[in-house]
Amino acid sequence: MVTARLARFTEPLRLKSGAVINEYALAYETYGTLNSDRSNAVLICHALNASHHVAGWYAEDPKDIGWWDNMIGPGKPVDTNRFFVIGVNNLGGCHGSTGPCSINPQTGRPWGGSFPVITVEDWVAAQARLAEKLGIGQFAAVMGGSLGAMQSLQWTISHPEKLRHALVIACAPNLSAQNIAFNEVARQAIITDPDFHGGNYYEHGTKPQRGLRVARMVGHITYLSDDEMASKFGRQLKNGKLTYSFDTEFQIESYLRYQADKFSEYFDANTYLRITKALDYFDPAFEHGGNLSRAFARTQASFLVVSFTTDWRFSPERSREIVKALLDNRCRVTYAEIEAPHGHDAFLLDDERYHRLVTAYFDRIAAECGT
Amino acid sequence: MNNGNGMGRHRPDFAAIAGWIKLESSVLDLGCGDGTLLRYLKDTRRITGYGVEIDDASVLACVKNGVNVVQGDLERGLSGFEDNSFDYVVLSQTLQAMKNSEVIMREMLRVGREGIVTFPNFGYWKNRLEVLRGRMPVSENLPYEWFDTPNVHLCTVADFERFCSERNIRVVERKVLTRGRPVSALPNLLGALAVYHFGAAPRAQ
Repeated sequence: MVTARLARFTEPLRLKSGAVINEYALAYETYGTLNSDRSNAVLICHALNASHHVAGWYAEDPKDIGWWDNMIGPGKPVDTNRFFVIGVNNLGGCHGSTGPCSINPQTGRPWGGSFPVITVEDWVAAQARLAEKLGIGQFAAVMGGSLGAMQSLQWTISHPEKLRHALVIACAPNLSAQNIAFNEVARQAIITDPDFHGGNYYEHGTKPQRGLRVARMVGHITYLSDDEMASKFGRQLKNGKLTYSFDTEFQIESYLRYQADKFSEYFDANTYLRITKALDYFDPAFEHGGNLSRAFARTQASFLVVSFTTDWRFSPERSREIVKALLDNRCRVTYAEIEAPHGHDAFLLDDERYHRLVTAYFDRIAAECGT
Repeated sequence: MNNGNGMGRHRPDFAAIAGWIKLESSVLDLGCGDGTLLRYLKDTRRITGYGVEIDDASVLACVKNGVNVVQGDLERGLSGFEDNSFDYVVLSQTLQAMKNSEVIMREMLRVGREGIVTFPNFGYWKNRLEVLRGRMPVSENLPYEWFDTPNVHLCTVADFERFCSERNIRVVERKVLTRGRPVSALPNLLGALAVYHFGAAPRAQ
């Protein structure tokens, strides 16, 4: 059982875009106990639609289980009997941290469309302040999958001395044109929804749910592999026979609509827009003339990089680019390519080889940290 | 490419390889198995090392052994590694199981300043005797039956040396071992295991 907490910050945070957020709050949860020499802390970074609720459940809602509960908990690969694990909702989020749906203290109204565009670097800067507040000078590990893994990478660049290990799972060193294209379709769906009102829909009492639904559908397609979709749905019909109409004929349509409905109920469209932008902007090599190796020149951490064979969103080739850049800098790195049928989503799923590897890697971290 | 490579115990070729590795150098071990050789070199020569391995169980064993490992298929070359980025590239008892032995030898000398390769000598008299008797040899260094062997490119000491001289590969040093002991006379006949240290030949002026 866990309880979410809120950390408030009053020191202004200058974002990469140049915008400044004067005060903000971050929602977070912790699991396990920080040891006396504060060496066993692990930060979990979330990806697109997740939150600080990474493991366990809430007393008031036992069904609300953390999004990475199969990975994190007592006796699990990230063993909370040994490690002090922190989950944090990123700045701009919609799960309790300051974001577009929060009240802007300067205007007394929701930020809405005026909430600045944020980057992975900004998230890491905010996370570093949370670490400071919790008295953690150096993380045993920073871990994430997908966009979360980009934050792990960024930690090794922004704060090389503040983490011992980075776990970089199902990641890419930047988005491909195709990745950006999918994000742009999602954004256009939201922005052109008549209920969007330039992002100030809270004041209009509306929600651009139609746009958000389409955005989620597009995203969801990219998380699954072709094979996985074929085996899960194939051309199965929803009602056993064709109706020659625009109702849901195929199971895959029904599945996408269900996922989209669920998502558009709980997720904020403005947050979704900003998270897709953070993905698009992430490119540590950009400031080094496109040379990724130079981006890691100051990196001190050891790495576990993991990719999944059927992930076409962030394919194994993209992870190998990261590995090569780390090798060029003589970083300690282990790279594993897990044969899994599930596409990008595999990083969230139970897979024996994957979990055994993470377990073994955390055994090594535990031995180093003396936990 | 886990050809019985590094199964937790120190093999006779390890000491021979370690003898050539300079202190605090960088080593890339191709087909590193569970990482035993790299662990050994780390402990005895203080090297910075990485392994390349295709097998899931071996990659996991490397993590447990505290050895850096990059999962990948050697048959696809070493494109993830820069030219001249390692002092040594080691291929221990794997050359004979490679589909493309020639490409991997070339890649070793691209990525490493020097290469070290070990392989079972098919010219060893016991192997010859088995063939004379009309059977494929099965022994400590060739532990497979003809139908389950991963070995597709077996060669003799004489074959390997001709291969090197024809490709401008300079043999720096050679050790030939039988049951872990060095053999000096008639190596192609009396040696069971060949260990070669090689480099690119200097370009003719």
